[in-house]
This record gives sequence, structure tokens and C-alpha cells, in this order.
Amino acid sequence: MLGLNSRDFKLFVIVVILTLAAPMLLNPFPTESAIGQSFNAGYPALMQRFVIFGILAIGFNILFGLTGYLSFGHAAFLGVGSYAAVWMFKLLSYNVLPAILLSVIVAGLFSVVIGYVSLRRSGIYFSILTLAFAQMSYQLAYSVFTPITNGETGLQVYNDDPQILMSAGDPTVPHLFGLRMNGATEWNIGGWTFIFENGYYLCAILLIASFYLSIRIFRSPFGMMLRAIKSNQTRMSYTGLNIKPYMLAAFVISGMYAGLAGGLLAAMDPLTGAERMFWTASGEIVVMAILGGVGTLIGPVLGAGLIKYLENIVSKINDTILHNWFAFMPDWLDNLLVTIIHPFIGKGWHLTLGLLFMAVVIFLPGGLVQGGQKIGALLRRKKSKDTGETATKPAE
Amino acid sequence: MGILEIKGINKRFGGLQALGNVNLSVAENTVHAIIGPNGAGKSTLLNVLIGKLIPDSGSVMFDGQSVLGRKPHEINQLGISRVFQTPEIFSDLTVFENVMIPCFAKRDGSFRMHAIESVFAEKGIQQQAEEMLADVNMLEKRHMIASSLSRGDKRRLEMAMCLVQDPKLLLLDEPTAGMARADTENTIQLLKDIRAKRGITMAIIEHDMNVVFSLAERITVLAQGMPLVEDTPENIKGHPKVREAYLGEAQV
Repeated sequence: MLGLNSRDFKLFVIVVILTLAAPMLLNPFPTESAIGQSFNAGYPALMQRFVIFGILAIGFNILFGLTGYLSFGHAAFLGVGSYAAVWMFKLLSYNVLPAILLSVIVAGLFSVVIGYVSLRRSGIYFSILTLAFAQMSYQLAYSVFTPITNGETGLQVYNDDPQILMSAGDPTVPHLFGLRMNGATEWNIGGWTFIFENGYYLCAILLIASFYLSIRIFRSPFGMMLRAIKSNQTRMSYTGLNIKPYMLAAFVISGMYAGLAGGLLAAMDPLTGAERMFWTASGEIVVMAILGGVGTLIGPVLGAGLIKYLENIVSKINDTILHNWFAFMPDWLDNLLVTIIHPFIGKGWHLTLGLLFMAVVIFLPGGLVQGGQKIGALLRRKKSKDTGETATKPAE
Repeated sequence: MGILEIKGINKRFGGLQALGNVNLSVAENTVHAIIGPNGAGKSTLLNVLIGKLIPDSGSVMFDGQSVLGRKPHEINQLGISRVFQTPEIFSDLTVFENVMIPCFAKRDGSFRMHAIESVFAEKGIQQQAEEMLADVNMLEKRHMIASSLSRGDKRRLEMAMCLVQDPKLLLLDEPTAGMARADTENTIQLLKDIRAKRGITMAIIEHDMNVVFSLAERITVLAQGMPLVEDTPENIKGHPKVREAYLGEAQV
């Protein structure tokens, strides 16, 4: 189906269903309930982040997962994509189509330059080179290139910007040929409110397309060559294959994915700043990929989702909410528990993430995907053991 | 005129003359062995042949083209495939993929952006790889990950990866180094079969006399960076100079 084998097609269909139904699936608890207020993730701003960072992680995985080259500067491409998109809003109009297209193209060109230089080295030196480039980009955006990037204020659209394609009746928010990105349809069913936002669905469709393209790349001869580079570069070159153009192509594809993610961030909220290029942002992408499962198709998307969920959910929990949860306990126990949990919530969500990351790296080097496989194998073994026992019984 | 012509190669490392005026010609459709005691310059000569070392003077022509200073992938594209001392294979990939990759390299050249079509839509490449695997009796192992193969099978696979490209010259660098007796015998047999079936030109750089005398049709003996003699195995065996430089030492 669609040029995919049956296993990949199944995975693809699951991803399509999950992304399209996310506004419902991520709101499992009634909207006004205490637990729903804390744990529901089905609101547009967060769901956009899930899919946008999902796209970023898919692209990163094409480089890191297939070739094993760890780029520590991918946030630079995201940042460049965002700047390109906001400039399109400033110069042309609020239509997101040219903005997204330009962000992909600009990030692609930028990654040709960075990739060409960085790929002269491999291993840790490659990582350091990409990190250095990203930090340079950050510093340039923050100070030197202020006329282009608006420095620390961040780039945004002002009333006196040219916007030459803007006509009188056009919306003054990002839109796709008149369809406002922040427009939404709401469903109220029982205690639940489901919000279907246009912006989210634009991101979701692009995530689905990105994911499909990544499956095709993984299964193509090109993808096989990239895995061969990861496996044995000596044999690769003595087989008559030139490693450099393969690596550069993978790097640029990956950079364009990041540019698309950056463009979408700007399309959802038309402003951007240099902090999107900061090295911690690059590090976060690496954590996403490793947490989810490097080199697997779906892993990085899961990793991106998990991190964005923790960032937005765990960081929202505060002591008052905890006291409410533990209200049924005696006061001393309630206070004790809140004291213990306190460092892990609110601003301390990074601590939770850090512990989770350590646990995954130590116990599940294959990431969440490996965890899922282990659980699956455990269930199957249990099942076959059960049936095995019933089968032997009559013999006794 | 041989397919591989080495003329007047000199290479010094500081005060050491590693290669001194080496002339060598590998004729088409023969198995030519280059032997010599430790430090005779075998590895240096090999590194010159594969473009890794540039000699101080001299030329290496393969099929009418100079190989000096070329990158490994360019040398392969000229038609030289190389078998390593320890098998170099794509350990994380399946046996089948290992053999398909050289097929792609042969058909599409050193780089081609084919990122959308599926590997499994490439029927021609698949058939080629399958036939090759059947040829080395590894067809039933095609879905195994290459790292899980036995050492002998890894050697067999590496050989298949080279042969599937139908090279004009197969370059073997001590193909039996560090192998157990049985593995060595198997490798010799494999090479004999390949020779009989495909009539491929081979250049073997080897230390093991047993391997050399059971395979080679021509032998060049190197000693202290100079070619001592070049002759048929029968004549080499009885040659007094060779005895002195090499065999005497080996028979201790």
C-alpha cells in the first residue's frame, strides 16, 4: 500500500489516526475536573508543539538514526527556518504557504554550508563542529545580525511592515489562503470539550507527510547506504561508494525537516527569537531521539511528545495542586510527600526529565520503542506459557 | 602488457628504503602472489596500490589508468575489489543487504540519490544478489545480521560482496591471516572454486606458503623492499635465493 510493506503501512495508519484524533485522545478526562485540568494535553498550543517537534525529531533521526552522525546544532536550522518564515510575514503577507516554503529552502541552504564544513570530520569532532556552528549562529542572531533578527527583542511583524501582498480584507493573523491558523471548531460532549484547531491540523498533515517521507527514505537504497555508512565506512569506500555526498544529502534533508519545524512554529505564532538556536535547544532534540529510540521510525516522535508533555504538564503542577491530591491523608504524611515531590515538579521538571533519561539510557538503550517491544514480548511469552500449560494438562 | 603495471616504485620512510625500484606486472587472468618475509615491503606496496600512500617515484597503471593518489571508491570504480585481512563487512546489516550494496555501487556509480523508491522494488539487483549468495552457498543465511555469522562465513560474505561487482582485479590482503587450519583450507578451496568458475584475475599478498603454493600461478618474492625473483611456483620452490631470503627462515 502506498509503496510501503504491510508492517510499515500499519504503523503509518496508526500514526495517521493518532495525529488526526489527538484533540480527542489527549483529553481523556472531563475538561473541568481537577485531574483533567492537570493532565489533559489536548489543547491546541501543546498539540502543535507535539507535532512540530515530532517533525523536527523525524528529521534528526534521518541523520543520527541512519548514519550515526550526532549533530549537536540542529536548533540552528530550526531557528533559521523561523526567521525566514517571520520575514515572509513581514514582507509578503500573513499567508503561511510562502513562509513555510522559504523556511525549508533557507534551512536547506544553511545546512549545505554547515554540513559541508562539519562533515570533514566524523564522530565527536563532527558533533563539536555542529555545536560550534549553532552557537555562532545564536550569537550572530542575538547581536551582530540585529537588523535582520531584531536581536534580543526577537523578530515580529509590525504595522508598518511592507506586507506587499496584503489586501484590505485579509486576516491579520497567520492564515492559509484565508483559513485562520487560530480558528477552531469546538465540540462539547458531556463534560468534555474538544478543540479542533486549523493550525494544529496544518501541522498534523505536514507531520503525516514528513513521517511518510521518512519511511520511504528508510526503506530506499539511499537509506540502506546511510545505514552502511554507520556500519562500516572502510567497506563502504572500498565498495566504490563516495561517503561524502551521501552524508551531505542526509544532513541537508535533516536540516530541511528542522527548517520546516521552525517555519511551522512561526506560522502558529508569528514571532521568533535567538533562543530557539541556543545549544540547550539542540541538546533537547538529541534527548528526544534517544528517549524515543534512535534509528526506529516512530521512536523520535514518541520522545518529542513525551518531552513536550513533561515540559507542559509536570511544570504546571505546584504544591497547592499536590496538597489537593493528598488532602485525604493525615497532614504529616501529606506534607512529607509534598516535600519529597516538590523538587521534581514546576520548575524542577528538568530533574524529572533527567532521571527519566538516565533510566532509559541505562535500562532501555533502545528507548521507549525497546520498552514497548519488551512489554510486547513479555505478554506474548505469558500467553504462550498459558496455552502451553493447558496443552500439557491432558497428558498428566 | 599486464592489467596491473607497477613501474619503478620507490618509497622511503625517513632513512628506511621501504620500496626500492619495484617493477611488477600482473597479467590478465592469472593468480599472482606477492610474498616476502616480515618487513619486505608487502604492506607498503599494497598501500601504494590502493592509493593510500603516494610513492616518491614510479607509476602504477591499472587497465591503462593511473591509480596513484586516487580515493578508495575511485579505485573500486576502476574495477579493483579488495578483500581485507579481517573481513570488512557491514556488520549491522543483513547478509542480503551486504551483497545488494555492491550491486548498487556497480550499477549506479559512487553516488546516486535514490531516496524514494524501495530497495525491494529493485528486482534486478535482488536477483543478482541472490544468485551471488547461492554461488557461495549462503542463500539460506540471507536474512541473518552479518555480525552473527561465523568467521568463515564472514570471509565468504566479503568475497561475495567483491565478486558480485565482477571486478577486473581482486586484491587479497593476507586472506588467511590468523585463521585456524580448517578455515584456511576452506578459504583456499573457496578461492580455487572462484578461480575455476569465474577466471578472475587475483593479486594475493600473503605470508602463508601453503596458501601461496596452492593458489598462485605466478609469484613475486619481495625482500628488503626489492623484488628478488618472479617465476612460477615450481621454480620459486627450488630457487636458492628465495630459500635464503625466505623459505629457510620459514622452515625453522
